[in-house]
Amino acid sequence: MTSPDPMAEIRASFFIECEELLEAMQDGLQQLEDGLHDSETINVVFRAVHSIKGGAGAFGLEQMVRFAHRFETVLDGVRAGTLAISPDLMKLFFRAGDHLSDIVRASRDDDDVPQGEVLAAELDAHISADAGEEAEEEIDFQPMGIALDLDLPALDLEDAPPLWRITFAPEADMYESGSEAFPILKALADLGDADVTCDTSSVPPLAELAPESAYLSWRIDLRTQVDEAEIRSVFEFVEGLCAVTVERVDDAASELDVPEDIAVPDLPPEDAPSLDRPGQDPMATAETASKRPATTGSTPAAKTVVRVDLDRIERLVNLVGELVINQAMLSQSLESAGLSPHSDAMNGLDEFQRLTRDIQDSVMMIRAQPVKPLFQRMSRIVRESSAAVGKDVRLLTDGDATEVDKTVIERLADPLTHMIRNAVDHGLEAPHARAEAGKSPEGTVKLSAAHRSGRVVIEVSDDGAGINRPKVQQIAMDKGLIPTDAVLSDGEIDNLLFLPGFSTASSVSDLSGRGVGMDVVKTAIQSLGGRIAITSVPGAGTTFSISLPLTLAVLDGMVVNVAEETLVVPLNVVAETLTLSDDTIDEVEPGAQVVRVRGGFVPLFDLGQALGYRTDPGNLTGSVALLISQEDGSRAALIVDEIQDQRQVVIKGLDDAFCRSPGIAAATILGDGQIALIIDPSDIIAHAPKGVAAAPTSLRLEA
Amino acid sequence: MTETPQKSKSIELLTFKLSDQEYSLDIMCVREIRGWTKATPLPHTPSYMKGVINLRGAVLPVMDLARRLGLPVTDHTDRNVIIVVKHEETLAGLLVDAVSDIIALSDEDMQPPPDAATGTQPGVIKSLTLIEDRMIRTLDLSQLVTTLQSDAA
Repeated sequence: MTSPDPMAEIRASFFIECEELLEAMQDGLQQLEDGLHDSETINVVFRAVHSIKGGAGAFGLEQMVRFAHRFETVLDGVRAGTLAISPDLMKLFFRAGDHLSDIVRASRDDDDVPQGEVLAAELDAHISADAGEEAEEEIDFQPMGIALDLDLPALDLEDAPPLWRITFAPEADMYESGSEAFPILKALADLGDADVTCDTSSVPPLAELAPESAYLSWRIDLRTQVDEAEIRSVFEFVEGLCAVTVERVDDAASELDVPEDIAVPDLPPEDAPSLDRPGQDPMATAETASKRPATTGSTPAAKTVVRVDLDRIERLVNLVGELVINQAMLSQSLESAGLSPHSDAMNGLDEFQRLTRDIQDSVMMIRAQPVKPLFQRMSRIVRESSAAVGKDVRLLTDGDATEVDKTVIERLADPLTHMIRNAVDHGLEAPHARAEAGKSPEGTVKLSAAHRSGRVVIEVSDDGAGINRPKVQQIAMDKGLIPTDAVLSDGEIDNLLFLPGFSTASSVSDLSGRGVGMDVVKTAIQSLGGRIAITSVPGAGTTFSISLPLTLAVLDGMVVNVAEETLVVPLNVVAETLTLSDDTIDEVEPGAQVVRVRGGFVPLFDLGQALGYRTDPGNLTGSVALLISQEDGSRAALIVDEIQDQRQVVIKGLDDAFCRSPGIAAATILGDGQIALIIDPSDIIAHAPKGVAAAPTSLRLEA
Repeated sequence: MTETPQKSKSIELLTFKLSDQEYSLDIMCVREIRGWTKATPLPHTPSYMKGVINLRGAVLPVMDLARRLGLPVTDHTDRNVIIVVKHEETLAGLLVDAVSDIIALSDEDMQPPPDAATGTQPGVIKSLTLIEDRMIRTLDLSQLVTTLQSDAA
C-alpha cells in the first residue's frame, strides 16, 4: 500500500488507539482473572479485541485481523455462555492478549509479524468445540460474527424489510478525533437500502459560521434485515461523540415524508453546507440532542483527550524552566533596585511568581502519567518468566493509578523488568520447596506504587525464601568482592547483591543470569535520582523498594550559603531547621559531634567540610543546622552558614563524565545567573569524612 | 592512534597563550570564546576542574588548561578567556590566559612531537609548528577531554 502522509498519520493514530485498547483488554482480563465474571467485563475485552480487528481490517493488516478474529470468537463463546471460564482458559486468554500486543507492535514497526501457530491452534480448539460453524467463513467480515438473532422475523419479510429511522448528529468532537461522517453513512448504506437526508437547518449564515463546529446532521431511512444492535454497532467508534437515535418506524408513516427528501442520493460532503434548506424539520436536531443522554447513558462520559506530540511538551517544559529562572532574576534585580516591598512593581511580581508556579505545576501535570501501563507490561513479564522456570506465580499490583513523570516511567521499565524476573527466578522457591515450607504452591510477586513525602515509592516484593545470606556472603568472598574475614550485618550482606559482578544463581537459567546484575538496576535507578533499598526476611520473602523523585525537571529547594558558596538542599528531606547553641551541642569523641533535638541525639555534619570547601566550620554557636530525615528513618543534621530562601529551582543535569562528584545530585541556575549545586544529603552523609558513628551508616560498597 | 585523516591539506588553528607558551586548537572544534566569569566549584574533583558556569541556561564544565597541562599557574587577568570547545557530544570550557590569533597551516608544516619531548603528558600534544621562530603546540582535544573523564570519574 502506498501511504502518503495523511494515511501514515491515521495509521499512527490507529496504533495509539490500539495501545489503549490493549490496555483495556489487559484490564478486563485481569478482572476476569480476579474472579469478576460479569458480562460487562467480558464485553470490555471482547469490544477491545473487536475494535482492533476492525481497525486492522481497514489497514489491510491480514494477520492481525485473522488472529483477532480467532480470539474474538472464543471470547464470544464465553460471552454467550457456551464456554466456561477456567484457569486454563484464562491463561490462554492472557497469552492470546500478549500475542495480539506483539502483532500490533510488530505491525506498527513494520517488523515481521510473529507467528502464533500454536496459540491459534489452541484457540481454534475452543472454537471448533463450541462455535464451530461460524468460525471460518466470516473472517473477512467485520461486524457480522455475532449477529445470530434468536428470532428471525426478517426472514419472511424478504420483500419488505423493516424500515429504520436513524438520526445522526455528529458533534465537533467527533471530527476532532479524526472520525468522519461519510464512512459511517456509507457503512449504513451497506447494511441495506438507505435514504440519506442531510439536515442543514442549523447551519448559520456564513458570517457566523465557526469553521470547526459541527452543524450538519443526517436522517437515514434504512430498509434492512439487520437488527438494531447491528445498526448501532456502526456508530461504535464514534460513541459519545455524536447523537444517534435508531427507531423502527411504521412503513406507512415513513412512506409519506421520505420522497421529498431523497434529493441527496450521493452522500454530501460535510464541508458543503451552502444549500439552505429552511423547510427541513428543525425539530429533529433538538429531539436527537435531548435524547442523547438516554442513548449513551450506559457508557461512561467520554473524556476529551488531546494527543500531543511529546516534543511540544518538552519544549513547553523547557520554556517554563527558563521562565522560572527569568522570574527569579527579575525579582532579584527589582529588590536590588531598592523598591519598596509595597510598591506596585513588587506586588505585581508576587502575582507573577504565583502564576509562574501555577504554570509550572500544570505543565508538570501534563507529563505525569499513571504507572498502570508499566505495571501491565510487568504482568506479562511475570507470566512469561514464570512459565519459563515452571513456577506458578501470581502478580498483585497496587496503586497503579499513581502518577509519575513520563520520563521516569520510560526509564523504569528495564530495571523493573529485571527485578521482576529476579523475583520470579531467584526470589520464589520451586513449587515443591514451597510445599515443604508449608506455603501455597502458587508464589506471589507484589508490585506497588505510592506517593510518599514528595517521592514515588515503588516496591517489588515476593513471598519466597528470602535472601540466603550465608550463601551470598560466601559468593562475595569467593569472587573476591569482600575480604574473607569481613563481619557483615544482615543489611550489609543484602546490599552485596548490588555489587557489580555478583550473581547468586548457581545455575544460569534461561531467564536471568545474562550478565546483567542488580548493580545495573541500581545504576539505572540512581541515574533517575532515585535510591533502591532491599529488605529480606528469611522464609518470608524479599522486598526491593525504589524511591524516585516525582519529576526530573523541578525541585523545591532550600537555598543555603556555605563557605561563600550557594547550595540547594532538596526541601523534601529537610525535616526542620535548628539554630545551634552551646548547650545543644555535645562532643561524642574528638571531631564527632551530636546535637540534642528534643531529647534525642542527632549526628552533626558540616556541609562545607563534607564538600571540601573548608576544613573547620569554626564556632558552631549561632550556625544553622538542617535536620535531614533519611529514607531509612535515621536523622542527621547538616551545618550551613545561612539560609537564603526557599524556592522552586529548575534541575539542570551535570555532565556525568566531567562533574561526577559524590554528594552532588545536579545543578541549577540562580536568579543572578550563577550556577548553584543541588546536593544529595543522604549521599553526603554516607560519604562524610569520618562521620559520627552514632548513626547507622550504610556499608560503603563503592569504596 | 588519534590521528584523523585530513581531507583538506590546510587547517586553521586558534592560537592562545598559556603561561607564556603558545598553544593552538583546531578551530573547527571551537564553539565560542567567552570572557571569564566566576565558576561554581565542584567538590571532590581534580584541581584543574575550575567548576561549572552558566552558558545560556546550560551547565558548562570549565577546566583550567594550564593546571591541566601541569604548567605554572598565573593569576587571572581581564584577558583570561574561556574557549568553549565541543568534542563529539561533549561541550567543555577551557580557561586560557589569552587568545592570540588564527593561523592557517598546511599538513606539512605540522610535525609530530619527538617521543622524548612529550614527557608526562603523552598524546596531549598532537603536533608542533614553527612560526617566526615561535614554537606552537597543537593540542589533541580528544585526549584532553577523554583523559579528563577518566581522571574525574
